[in-house]
Amino acid sequence: MLDARPTVGAVSLRSLAEWIYRFILFPIGQMFVFVVGAAVVLTLFAYGLALLFPEPRPNIVLVDQVNRQLPGMIISGITTGFVYAMIALGYTLVYGVLKFINFAHSEIFMVGSVVGFEVMRRLDDAGNLPFWNPVLLIMLIILVAMLFSGLLAVAIERIAYRPLRGAPRLVPLISAIGISFFLIDFVRAFQAITRNDFNLTYPTNDLEWLRTPVKLAIGEGTVNVRPTQFVVVLGAVVTLIALNYFVNGTKLGRGIRAVSQDMTTAGLMGINVNRMVSLTFFVGGSFGGAAGALFGMNVGTVTPFVGFIPGIKAFTAAVLGGIGNVTGALLGGLALGMIEAFLNGLLVYFPALGQRYTDVFAFSVLILILIFRPSGLLGERVDEKV
Amino acid sequence: MQVKRVLLLFVVVALALSVTVATAQDDAKVIKIASQSPLSGPQSILGTAIRNGAELAIEQLSGPLTEMGFKVEFVPFDDQATPDVGVANANNLVNDPAILAVVGHLNSGVAIPSSEVYDANNLVMVSPANTNVNITDRGLPTVNRICGRDDTQGAAGAAFAASLEGVESVYVLHDTTAYGQGVAEFFASAAEEAGLTVLNVEGTTETANFDGVIQPILALDPDLIYFGGLYPQSGIFINQARAAGYEGFFMGPDGFDASDFAELAGEAGVGTYYTTVAAPPTFYPDAAQFIEDYQAKFGEDPQPFAAQAYDSAGIVLAAIAKAAEEAGGEAPTREAVAAAVRATENYDGITGTYTFDDNGDPELATYVILQVKSADPAEWSSNEVLDEFQAPSPLYAVMQSGEATPEATPGS
Repeated sequence: MLDARPTVGAVSLRSLAEWIYRFILFPIGQMFVFVVGAAVVLTLFAYGLALLFPEPRPNIVLVDQVNRQLPGMIISGITTGFVYAMIALGYTLVYGVLKFINFAHSEIFMVGSVVGFEVMRRLDDAGNLPFWNPVLLIMLIILVAMLFSGLLAVAIERIAYRPLRGAPRLVPLISAIGISFFLIDFVRAFQAITRNDFNLTYPTNDLEWLRTPVKLAIGEGTVNVRPTQFVVVLGAVVTLIALNYFVNGTKLGRGIRAVSQDMTTAGLMGINVNRMVSLTFFVGGSFGGAAGALFGMNVGTVTPFVGFIPGIKAFTAAVLGGIGNVTGALLGGLALGMIEAFLNGLLVYFPALGQRYTDVFAFSVLILILIFRPSGLLGERVDEKV
Repeated sequence: MQVKRVLLLFVVVALALSVTVATAQDDAKVIKIASQSPLSGPQSILGTAIRNGAELAIEQLSGPLTEMGFKVEFVPFDDQATPDVGVANANNLVNDPAILAVVGHLNSGVAIPSSEVYDANNLVMVSPANTNVNITDRGLPTVNRICGRDDTQGAAGAAFAASLEGVESVYVLHDTTAYGQGVAEFFASAAEEAGLTVLNVEGTTETANFDGVIQPILALDPDLIYFGGLYPQSGIFINQARAAGYEGFFMGPDGFDASDFAELAGEAGVGTYYTTVAAPPTFYPDAAQFIEDYQAKFGEDPQPFAAQAYDSAGIVLAAIAKAAEEAGGEAPTREAVAAAVRATENYDGITGTYTFDDNGDPELATYVILQVKSADPAEWSSNEVLDEFQAPSPLYAVMQSGEATPEATPGS
């Protein structure tokens, strides 16, 4: 101990560099690689399709359409992908620890989007929305949504899942579905009583800086990007870095990882298993909440039913990436968002198909991947515990 | 022990109540009129308007029946804009023999399967809002409507779009429901006939994030986007499409007609054109009293279809009274009511004068083209009427042109 003293400065500098690499540069690099990788693969796919079907419909030259749409499709794919990734994390974290799918997670996402709406609407009603600093305002909305959804997830675990721990796996699944219905109808009733409204519109139109699209000149044309799309990506990146640090860099994160490896042994090692499970739900739930608020700000209007589709897509993304694997959820979310954006953009040119077949093709990709990699893109083969 | 006693008390009270209700039903000659419309969910503004309009009519217009010793009750059902729920409700309400008529629905996709149930039980339905052609083209004797049809509505929209300066190409989007897809396809075919280029007809079930849907539209750059669907979807779509850089016109059918559209679409929605079969109540000179009564009873301005629901219920009440008279003051059968409704001639309602043709369409229906003027939902009723005209139903048009009596449509 004593002779370590003189080198403290050097060690901490080196460890700081290592810390920055591990917890900031590496995750950002990972996200960058995933985004670019998905974009490149799908761009090649789009041009390949244009080669195969140069003119799928009269007067439509597919290559020209792809040229025109490419930046827009990629940006839309990134935005959707990050939202899916953030929700998928909630599924994957809970699965990693408890080995069951928290199907109420889509409603935790929905509650996050409604809480974000409430925060923004209340500030707007009070008349001081325009005076807020943009960064502070967005942080406030996201943090309140995170806190609310996180606590909600903890409460759900305590009420609906903990008493059923050890029961056959189908039982908590049913109670998750029940909680889902309860949350939808609770929010519906609450909004009907307090606002007499069903479609909850974020007052984003009242803010000049949030309403005015940013014009990006890419290639031959310009692409309008909504400021909220930047907010979604930035917010997602920051929270994902924070999550990575929390899981891999803190004592509590180590506790969660220990519980996910072996609950009983972790308990024997003096880890409070129940607390770790609650914590997992809190983290997963707050991610769902943040995703909800970001999604709500981006699309403008949410309803009590808004969680179902993103929830089911994010679950798919989690499975695609390898359920139980945090990096896999990120990859799966980004890949699915991107695939959807490209399919939406390209299917319209094929007569007899069209955008309503987007999900069919997206899920066919899922099935194909699962045939060749049954545990997902990044999933490790997990032996069934006997 | 305490809990058990309280429970027992509850059971006893509940039993006693049910007995009193049952006897009350036996005593009076009760006639019930049901309504089916979405009272919850995204389209509840319009659905509630239908319920309120019908309720007001039953309160004000059931005089002749009460004089004959009947007690007219109103039973509103919530179809949640969902076909399954509509059919389940239909199966429920046909089992109540006191229910003699249904006012509803809002959504054609719900009305079509539900009306099959009504028809099998001879229960008459008068719709204030369903515009899909298959509502009446099936030729069911129990199914009627007082509004226009999507073939005419789509064509009216297309004719107007063609007359707009600078509009040469259109992109048609719909919500894949019977209503939205139906009207969108009529619009598309009429637009093509009017010389417009229809770039694409596309369906989407997306309700929140339209980013992906918008990209190919931007690449095709149409002069006008027609959205066959209802305001919860189209309002959000228009908001996002404008933000994504689309600069042309927006147009839609009567599904756009609700004040929430302004809220959802925001500034992007100002200037949007829409056709409707249910002009705003202020448009009808005879509806002034109705607007006043509606505001007094429900504390808000009547939304679209409220006045039409009022007239639908009025037609039903008049027909029941006529059938009851023919039955010698007894409660009429459902068959008699259905026949009396279909025989309605020159019913003088607040939104027009109604005579049904053999398929249950009004012989003449009013179509209006409006433009959104403000992003403020409170200003919705100030939307500008750009054009209005009356068009005959297909059957009536044939009859007028002097040809032989038209054959009933296939499937009847």
